[in-house]
Amino acid sequence: MQLDRDTLLDAYRRMRTIRLFEEKLEELSLAGKLPGFLHLYAGEEATAVGVCMHLGDTDYLASTHRGHGHCIAKGVDLRGMMAELYGRRSGICKGKGGSMHIADLDKGMLGANGIVGAGLPLATGAALTAQMRGRGQVVVAFFGDGAANQGSFHESLNLAAIWRLPVVFVAENNGYGEATPVEYHMKIRDIADRAGSYGIPGEIADGMDFLDVYEKAGTAIERAREGGGPTLLECKTYRYYGHYVGDPLTYRTKEEQEEVRQTRDPLELFERKAESELGLVSSDELREIDAEVKRTIEAAVEYAESSDAPPPEDLLSDVYVSYSGAHGDA
Amino acid sequence: MREIFFSQAINEAMRIALEKDPDVVVLGEDVAGGEGREDEGIEEAWGGIMGATKGLRKAFGPERVRDTPISETGFLGAGVGAAVTGLRPIVELMFMDFMGVAFDPLLNQAAKLRYMLGGKARVPLTVRTLVGAGVRAAAQHSQSLYGITTAIPGLKTVVPSTPRDAKGLLLAAIRDDDPVVFCENKSLYFSKGPCPEEDFEIPLGLADVKREGEDVTVVAVSRMVHVALEAADRLGEEGISLEVVDPRTLSPLDEETILVSLEKTGRLVIVDEGTPRCGFAADVAALAADRGFDLLDAPVKRVTAPHSPVPFSPVLEDAYIPDAERLIEAVHEITD
Ligand SMILES: Cc1ncc(C[n+]2csc(CCOP(=O)(O)OP(=O)(O)O)c2C)c(N)n1
Ligand SMILES: [Mg+2]
Repeated sequence: MQLDRDTLLDAYRRMRTIRLFEEKLEELSLAGKLPGFLHLYAGEEATAVGVCMHLGDTDYLASTHRGHGHCIAKGVDLRGMMAELYGRRSGICKGKGGSMHIADLDKGMLGANGIVGAGLPLATGAALTAQMRGRGQVVVAFFGDGAANQGSFHESLNLAAIWRLPVVFVAENNGYGEATPVEYHMKIRDIADRAGSYGIPGEIADGMDFLDVYEKAGTAIERAREGGGPTLLECKTYRYYGHYVGDPLTYRTKEEQEEVRQTRDPLELFERKAESELGLVSSDELREIDAEVKRTIEAAVEYAESSDAPPPEDLLSDVYVSYSGAHGDA
Repeated sequence: MREIFFSQAINEAMRIALEKDPDVVVLGEDVAGGEGREDEGIEEAWGGIMGATKGLRKAFGPERVRDTPISETGFLGAGVGAAVTGLRPIVELMFMDFMGVAFDPLLNQAAKLRYMLGGKARVPLTVRTLVGAGVRAAAQHSQSLYGITTAIPGLKTVVPSTPRDAKGLLLAAIRDDDPVVFCENKSLYFSKGPCPEEDFEIPLGLADVKREGEDVTVVAVSRMVHVALEAADRLGEEGISLEVVDPRTLSPLDEETILVSLEKTGRLVIVDEGTPRCGFAADVAALAADRGFDLLDAPVKRVTAPHSPVPFSPVLEDAYIPDAERLIEAVHEITD
């Protein structure tokens, strides 16, 4: 798959944004500024971005409880995200959803999800819409290794397979579902093997390597777009932080974490390959992007902090569609 | 008496049950944590997300205290199957909201088997689960869905409000031969209260009068018992005396204790964190209208969460949960 400079710089910017956004959230959360639970995506940047670089705003994405990275990769507005995390009215969901429910339908982002495994059937349904509309839209469902043990995973793959739906199921195998290691929670090494049970292709990518994810996701997404049906793409990745901010990380060793950071960091890997091997971008350019991204995130924090809380009447709005006219013109 | 945390009370009950009955097993996500890594010196990394199962995997081993994959339909259903064939499983369903993923084992299996099989089956299953808003966990991790399980014949539903009740009721639930849904409010988890050290049971279906009073009966469960007690303290200063009745179990429901209290006070307010339609508050109001009509001197009042999902934003979430303020207002409406 051919990669040009602009695509690489765009991808890098998205990956760096995810990393810095999550680092900022950890800081804000530990400082007691953010309410609720946060599941950070840092470490898995290459997976979200490698996949989403192939998607446009009219393509759909179903996410997970660890959804910030997917949002950023899909182009959701950072200010709206940050304000949502603060529970402010200017949040992308008016402060009603929070971290586990960030969504932006205008960007095709169907939402993070608090229910493990719930995104796969939603994506399958979105793919049904896409197929019926016939405009070449595709759908991606991200989900974790843990979610691959939910019935919804199996049922969705089978449905999508028999209907040849334009959906790519992306397993983010980061080695753990909460505190449970993947080698305990399933008896196979590769989730991709499960594709065979449903008669669809199963592929494996190095989820820390943008180029590898980009290539394999590209093939799967193209296939889906052209009517070739679903693919199960497994990305082997790692989450840098605990399951949630505050997790004491008692289930994995420091050595393991250090080793991944030293040898498999997706941003460093990207820089090595894009600069030294491909010679398409320079480190100086990347440092400039780093600085810009940092400023953008600071601005998002300022925006959120200066935004108002929702008014009390919002408690009861949007439970149902409200019909203003007698004949239901909303 | 010594004081312990609600979480410890839950833990002690399970420990006692595991010690005394070899058929008791514990299943759930990360009830141990880090499973399969003994070689790296990792054992029981979590002990449950709230620490309720801490130490159980170490004390009773991985056979009896089992981590499960994230497969609620599978392991809750397996809990039913194990119960019907002789084990006495305690299944941890991390948040009651996840009942959505695994409703069939509760609704169509556990609840129905005994009846459908002409009384031949017993389903001694206990499902422990977290309920309640207030921790900024938003719409899918904050619901108080005990009204739904209460509405299902064949299931019992327990909603303890103190460490002592939690321990005694959990021991009774585990030893009960019917399926019991045991709802633990996350906001109470790290609250302390007196609790006996020994093995004791509180019978399911027996209410507890948490505060005696003369003027108004307030019926509340779980976290709302504490809201009612706070309101009772504050109204006491104005000379209005509340009687706080905690049914402790919604199914079976101790109707008599509620009616006896109503006979004394003639006024009733139900305060509930659940949503208002077809729920606990509506149920107790119906009881008063039906069996207590002649005892009533004023309209029955309900103070509940609104008919809406739980919002994330802290200001909205705080407005969502019934508090002493709203309860006091309701009491004033029927005492002025
Ligand atoms: C139905 C359901 N069960 C359990 C949970 C609690 N929970 C939240 S995230 C999580 C682990 C998910 O693991 P995985 O799918 O591997 O995703 P990761 O967190 O590793 O990204 C669990 C058990 C939940 N939110 N929903
Ligand atoms: Mg995982």
